[in-house]
This record gives sequence, C-alpha cells and structure tokens, in this order.
Amino acid sequence: MNIASLAPLAVVLPFLGAAVAFLLIRHSRSQRAVSISTLSITLILELFLLQNAAEHGATAVFIGGWMPPFGITLVVDQFSALMLVISTAISLAVLIYATGQGMTDGDEDGPISIFHPTYLILVAGVSNAFMSGDLFNLYVGFEILLTASYVLMTLGGTTQRIRAGVTYVVVSVVSSLLFLIAIGMIYAATGTINLADLAVKLGEIDPATQMMLHLMLLVAFGIKAAVFPLSFWLPDSYPTAPAPVTAVFAGLLTKVGVYAMVRTETLLFPGDRINTLLMVVAILTMVVGILGALAQSDIKRMLSFTLVSHIGFMIFGLAISTVVGLGAAIFYVAHHITVQTSLFLVTGLIERRGGTANMDRLGGLAKLSPLLGVLFFIPAMNLAGIPPFSGFLGKLGILQAGVELGTPIAYVAVGASVLTSLLTLLAIARVWNRAFWRRPEDALHPDPILLATKADGSAVRTSQRVNSETTGRFSGRKPVNLLPRTMVGPTMGLVGLGVTLTLLAGPLFEISDNAAQNMLERTDYIEAVLGEGSAP
Amino acid sequence: MSVNITLLVVMAALFAGGIYLLLERSLTRVLLGLILLANGANILLLSAGGRAGVAPLYSEEIAADAYSDPLPQALILTAIVISFAVTAFMLGIIYRSWVLGRRDEVQDDMEDRRVASQGSFDAEDDADVPEETTEFTPLEEAEEAPGSQNAGVLDLPSEPKEPR
Repeated sequence: MNIASLAPLAVVLPFLGAAVAFLLIRHSRSQRAVSISTLSITLILELFLLQNAAEHGATAVFIGGWMPPFGITLVVDQFSALMLVISTAISLAVLIYATGQGMTDGDEDGPISIFHPTYLILVAGVSNAFMSGDLFNLYVGFEILLTASYVLMTLGGTTQRIRAGVTYVVVSVVSSLLFLIAIGMIYAATGTINLADLAVKLGEIDPATQMMLHLMLLVAFGIKAAVFPLSFWLPDSYPTAPAPVTAVFAGLLTKVGVYAMVRTETLLFPGDRINTLLMVVAILTMVVGILGALAQSDIKRMLSFTLVSHIGFMIFGLAISTVVGLGAAIFYVAHHITVQTSLFLVTGLIERRGGTANMDRLGGLAKLSPLLGVLFFIPAMNLAGIPPFSGFLGKLGILQAGVELGTPIAYVAVGASVLTSLLTLLAIARVWNRAFWRRPEDALHPDPILLATKADGSAVRTSQRVNSETTGRFSGRKPVNLLPRTMVGPTMGLVGLGVTLTLLAGPLFEISDNAAQNMLERTDYIEAVLGEGSAP
Repeated sequence: MSVNITLLVVMAALFAGGIYLLLERSLTRVLLGLILLANGANILLLSAGGRAGVAPLYSEEIAADAYSDPLPQALILTAIVISFAVTAFMLGIIYRSWVLGRRDEVQDDMEDRRVASQGSFDAEDDADVPEETTEFTPLEEAEEAPGSQNAGVLDLPSEPKEPR
C-alpha cells in the first residue's frame, strides 16, 4: 500500500481531533493535549506525503471508490504537498502560541474553550482545499475554513470584532456565492466539475464562454486571495482578531486563494490569454498595498497592508507562467506564509510587552527586551527581501523570470516589485525606529508599562512578572508573565523556520521548480486522476 | 441544452433583489440579500443539470437520457446546508451587534477614518531634528526636546505620563 492512499487522513485527523476537543470542552488540559498531538501527527503524515510526491509526482485518491469524473477525488502533487506541510507546520506553531497565551493568562473557561475545536476545523478546511481534485470539493473546503474563520474572527464578541466580523463574513459569503455560480455555469458548459476532466473538456468549448468562466473564477478567488481591487476588506477585518488568529489568517487564508488561482490558471485555463491582466493586477496590488502600509500607525494594520502588497509578487510570478517564474512564486508562497505569520506573532508579543500595537505609543523595546528585537528584526528583514534571506531568493527568482520574459509590461512589473521591496523596508524601518530604537519617553502617550520601574529604579525587563502595582492593565489580577516561554518558544520556532527556508532554499527550489514544470505540462496531474494516456 | 424559462425568470428576480438588498446599509437587509442570492445560485445549479426527467434510479427499461441529472441536486443540497449554517451565524452576529450598540448597520472602521484624516506631517519622520540628539546630554535638556516636538500633533485619548 502506498503512503499516498493515506492522504484523506490529512483532513480526517483534524476533524476527529476537533470532535474530541469539543467533547473535552470542560477539560482544558486534555483539550490542549488532543489538539496539539493531532496537528503533530498530521504534520508527520504530510511530510511523508511530500516525500512521496517529490519522488513519484501526483497521486490521486478516489473517495468511496467512485471512479473519476463522478466521485470526490483528492489529488496530492508536489505543490499541494508542499502547501500542506507548510500550512500545518505554522498552524501547529500558532496553536502552541495560543495555548501558551491562554495558559499564562488563565482564560480557562469562557468562549476561549471553543478555540481549539474551531481551530482544528480551520486546518481541516485548509487541507481539504489544498488536496481537492474537483471544483465543488474545493468550494466545500473553502466553506469549512471560512465558517471556522468567522467564529475565530468574532471570538469573544466585542464591539470591534463584531464590526470587523460583519464586513468579513459578508465579503466572504459573496465571494463564495460567486464561486458557486461559476461552478454552476462550468457544469452547464462542460458537464463535469472534476478538475482533471475539466482540464481536458474546457479546451473544447467556445473560447468566449471559456473566458467568461475563467474570469468568474478569477474574481471569486481574487476576493479570497485579497488581490487589488478586491483586497479592501482585509486590512479592515484582520487586525481586530486576537493575535494568534490574525497570524494564522494572514499566513493561510489568502494563500488558499492564491493556491486556487494558481491551480485554475495552470490546470484549467493554460495559455496566456489573461496574463497581461494578471500582470497589471499584480502591479497594482503591490504598489497600492504598500502605500497603504506606509500610512498606518498600528503595526497590525501595517502588516495587513504588507500582506496584501506581497500577494502581488505571487500573482506576478503566476502571470509570467514560465517554469522559473511559477517555481519562484511557489517558493515565495511558502516563504511568505512563514514570515508573515511570525511577524504577526511577534506583534502579539510586542502588544503584550508594550501594552499597545500602535507604534506612535511604543518605544525602547530593543533595550527593554533585546530578544523581542531579534525576533522582530529577522522576519522583518526577510519580508523586505534583504539578502541572504529567503524573501530575497524568492523575489530574485521572480524578477529573473520577469526579465527573461522581456515584454514591456513585465519590465514595469519588475520595477514595481523593486519599488515595493524598498517601500516595505521603509515601512519596517518606521516600526523599528519607533517601537524599538527610540526611548519610551519620546513616544506620544507611552503605555505606563514601558516606563514601569522596579523598586531600585531600573527598568522592568523581559519576561518579568508585572503585578497590579506597576501597571493598570493587569490590575486586580495575579502577577502576569509578560513574555512567557510558551509564547516566545513557538515564535522563535517560526522565525527559525523562516531562516531554515533560506538554508534549504536549494532543495526547496528544486521541489517548487519541479512542481511548476509538472503543473505547466499538466500531464502528470491529469494522468494521475484519469489514468494513462488520457491527457490531451 | 434547453433552459426552463420560468426558472430563468425566478433566478433573475432573486439575483436582482439579492444584489439590491446587499447594497443596503442595514445588516438584516444585507442578510436577506445574501439568502436571496444563495437561492438564486441554487436555481442556477438546478438549471445547469438540464431538463427534468425521471428519478435517477437505474432500470433497464428507461433510456439513459430520460433520467434527471442527480449531480446538481447533490450540489444544491450541500449548498443549502452551507448557506443555512452561514445564515444562522450571521443572525447571531447581527443580534450581537444590536445588543452591543443598538445598531443594525454596517459601521465604519474608526482607525481607518483616523488614518484617512491625518495630515501628511508626521512628528517622528518630519519634525525638525532637535540640535542635541546625543544620549549623553544632561538630563534636563533631553527631557525638553521630545516633549516640545510632539506637542499637539495628534489628538489621541491621553493617558498621564508617569514620572521616571
């Protein structure tokens, strides 16, 4: 038996874990153990899937023995296996971080106990979307992860979260409906919704109909991936959620949209009919996003805008649609998931240590907590694409492919990419100067916790407990550890993973180039589902 | 493929009404709009399956093209369940929004408004650099410079500065 036939477990395990965690809702300790061990096992399984996919290419599992194109098919090729591994790895790190936060603050009861089951359902939805071999299953995967994300987004039901949650839910539902309508039209036009089968049959229908179906899918996925001008909802809704939730949303949800776009562009609608449109969209996403980031004073909002902006790089890589460009885009997705998530986790720590995520009110963190400084600095430089980090390697690959393509619009996009990188560096440097370098007294209304001193007059430093006498924020509660190990540890792990991506860039680029090659040729995927000799 | 004109008209009405309601500012109407749109999408799926036929239970006497296509119906069932769950959740947060603010409306993002209304002047980036920026100046001078530089630039809810 091949390990690939265990692929459905990547969806089933988190669901089972969610069920058990839900039953254990009153026993927070065993709930934590269940959810963390579930994700660990899933991660190990997915590493095997990745190894198998790297060696043997795409493999398909037919659920319930219904042969394609009738039943539900799950397909694992190099791209989806890579996405599975990265997404589960960062989900696990964020879960440990969230657990650490809950344990330290003593939120044993209340709505937080719903966090673990919902989180596992989110992971199951993401895995399902990455593996699904037909459009409707992809839709179901999206709905699973979105519904879980609605709950996580409005956790606690405060005024701010409800306000942001309403926008988020309505926009997501509209994009899902567009997707559903597109599925209905595709079924009417071709009589199938199996991706591999569609890859064969879509080529045979009228080009104008093809174009309409293509654009409908593109708009639906564009909203989910937050591509300009469909990105307006993201910076509005992400920053209000709890730090770990924002981190996992920023890492995963938009990337599922990008994954769906890459899949449809390469498998269903090959060719370069709309590559110029994608290129223009990529340029606008990059530039408008980063200009938005520069205007913000809240670090979470700033990061949300850089998130939107860097989606543009992936779309640019996709629009080039050569092996080098697509391979670099895949590498960039892996890099960006890791880096963006670690930055949001670090921002959670900054908020904890400095009392606020508003950079106008922060200061002196580099001195108060050098560890926090290092944890912010490494992923920040990585995001800005400073050599030798993985962000630089990914961007270099995309730029190289853009120059090789050599069309005028590609050169404009190359220029926009470089400009965006520089502006990202500027946005990051603003945070660094304000939150870390200047003295806390220079801030506009520094949080009292930054100015707090111990009895002997020295400043309160990292990981020290603060009690009600030194600050009002935790008043009336038992002494609180500002930077507990259970929160710093997973953050360090993720920052480390970001650095590891740099060290492993060689093998990783090999996998992503290989994945890009196979996706552009299409035969590997189609034959894995429909059998030998079925590819057109 | 032939299209049922009744379904087409119903679908058009549902989509038009749904989009109209979606553009309202009241959350309950937005929700009603989403429900109409979801039903319109379901009818679209139904008409994607071609004309109605006999129930898809295999029998040797019935010709293959006489059956209804069962797949769109399975898709519609799934879509109905999903839109039901989302509607229930939406009702929950609309009620919560009403409990919290006595408002059943899409509300503005205050931080967004604040960023949009701020001037191009930024105290940290654009203010004149005080003459003495070194950390080694006597304490009194260092105290003065940042205070005067920041005064009155932004109106944030102020918290009293604690003495060092």
